[in-house]
Amino acid sequence: MQYAILATFLGGIACAFIGVFVVLLHMPFIGVAMSHAAFAGALFGLLIGVNPLITAFVFSFIVALIIGPLADRGQLSPDTSLGVIFSLMLGIAFLIIGLMPTTRSDALNLLWGSVLTVTRTDILLLAIVAAVVVGMVVVFFKEAQATVFNRQIALSVGLPATLILYVILFMTGATITVSLNSIGGLLIFSLILNPAAAAYQLTYNMKKMFLLAAVFGVASGWAGLLLSYLFDLPSGATIVITSSLIFGVCALFSPKRKTRKMPVKTGSEKHSG
Amino acid sequence: MPEANIKIENAVVSYREDVVLHGVSLQVNSGEFVGVIGPNGAGKTTLLTIVNGLGNLVSGSVQVLGKTVTKSGRHELRKQVGYVAQIENIDPRMPMSVREVAMIGRYGLLGLFHRPNRYDWRIVDEALAMVGMTHLANRPIGHLSGGEQQRAAIARCLAQEPKIFLLDEPTASLDWKARTDILELVKRIHAARHLTTLFVTHELETLPRTCDRVVLMKEGTIIGDGAPDKMISAENLSRLYDLPLAVIEERHPHINPHGEH
Repeated sequence: MQYAILATFLGGIACAFIGVFVVLLHMPFIGVAMSHAAFAGALFGLLIGVNPLITAFVFSFIVALIIGPLADRGQLSPDTSLGVIFSLMLGIAFLIIGLMPTTRSDALNLLWGSVLTVTRTDILLLAIVAAVVVGMVVVFFKEAQATVFNRQIALSVGLPATLILYVILFMTGATITVSLNSIGGLLIFSLILNPAAAAYQLTYNMKKMFLLAAVFGVASGWAGLLLSYLFDLPSGATIVITSSLIFGVCALFSPKRKTRKMPVKTGSEKHSG
Repeated sequence: MPEANIKIENAVVSYREDVVLHGVSLQVNSGEFVGVIGPNGAGKTTLLTIVNGLGNLVSGSVQVLGKTVTKSGRHELRKQVGYVAQIENIDPRMPMSVREVAMIGRYGLLGLFHRPNRYDWRIVDEALAMVGMTHLANRPIGHLSGGEQQRAAIARCLAQEPKIFLLDEPTASLDWKARTDILELVKRIHAARHLTTLFVTHELETLPRTCDRVVLMKEGTIIGDGAPDKMISAENLSRLYDLPLAVIEERHPHINPHGEH
């Protein structure tokens, strides 16, 4: 149980920080595609007898490299190609589950997550990734802030915004990978998105958004664990449902409720005019 | 001999199979205020982007502030070039204030591992004062009108303390008052700081009063370059926009009919 509490603490913080980028860059579908790619990659690792974390990260990052240029050109909306990658990864994942000899419990643990059986290695990896993610955000806050605000503007003032974007995608892949064992491939994306989306409802200050997201992430983890323990329910599910409830409450009481959504009309292409 | 801040020679730019600039040559001297006009698709935005290295130069050369623009040196160059793009749609819920967004202009200058200090904030506050946005400094950036967004963008460039100022249709989609406010502001900034300025605009009525020089662009080439009162003529506009001379004269009777080519 101690490991579970630690795993949800570290995972909650890392996922929340990454989630802030996912929300502000308006790239939820990229995150979903990467999560499913990580899941498919981990299963592939199990099938061929390679450490599933390595294959998870490789798959997830390959998808990021394919999707990154699309994000770069501003095609962040649910694109056909994203939909294809998303469904392809799920298809590969279930194909591999079907091909698995004998017991499939390892594979299913990767699907649902099994926070109560996380190992010391899982905790160590979570701690490293959480420290790197938080450290990078703190040290390179201004670079991240400018890139998230507007990549063209960040480039135009002399920041390497394209590199920064790929570093963010790389850290997203790493966070998803190390969280697979505890939260599972199907649910990890909710833990990335929900706490950050909740924080987004409440503040116009980016530093506060990171802090609030981390608080909500850890709160979802611990409250979810408690519910799972009290009512004997799957922990991954209770954590994700808790995070959704937190989001719901924040959205309901959001001071931004009356703010209209982003306008539909887009700016002109950079090479016209 | 005035110093050339921008020297473009036979620049060709293409995006995949579209050639956007067909061998454009242009020299802009230090402190000059150059207006660029032409129909949509003429390559005006692309001209600006090869000056700050955001564009994709296929052949030709671009020298800015005495240095050739290269892939490796682009980030350093951009720190000295302020760029106001056409109005970008900003997320109304973006968690940043006007003041923080203006500070982005200095982020490239600060370098890695350095945070803004009191001096940097003073520069930002001065920039906000110059554009008349001090009272909105703590407003969320997404809560501004179009005109206010553009003034915030100009403040961001001023905070950067650039040597060159590129503006890409800063008054597009603004109402008349906001348009005239922005034009007056750009004029004031040029008078105060003598920045070398390239200003892409459709504001033909106000252009002569604002610019030292006007460049006419059409289909990826420069077809005219000279004093505003000579370039903004009915004959030139007719060539530029492919409209019969009679139509131009009817719509804009105050524009002088002839100018030099």
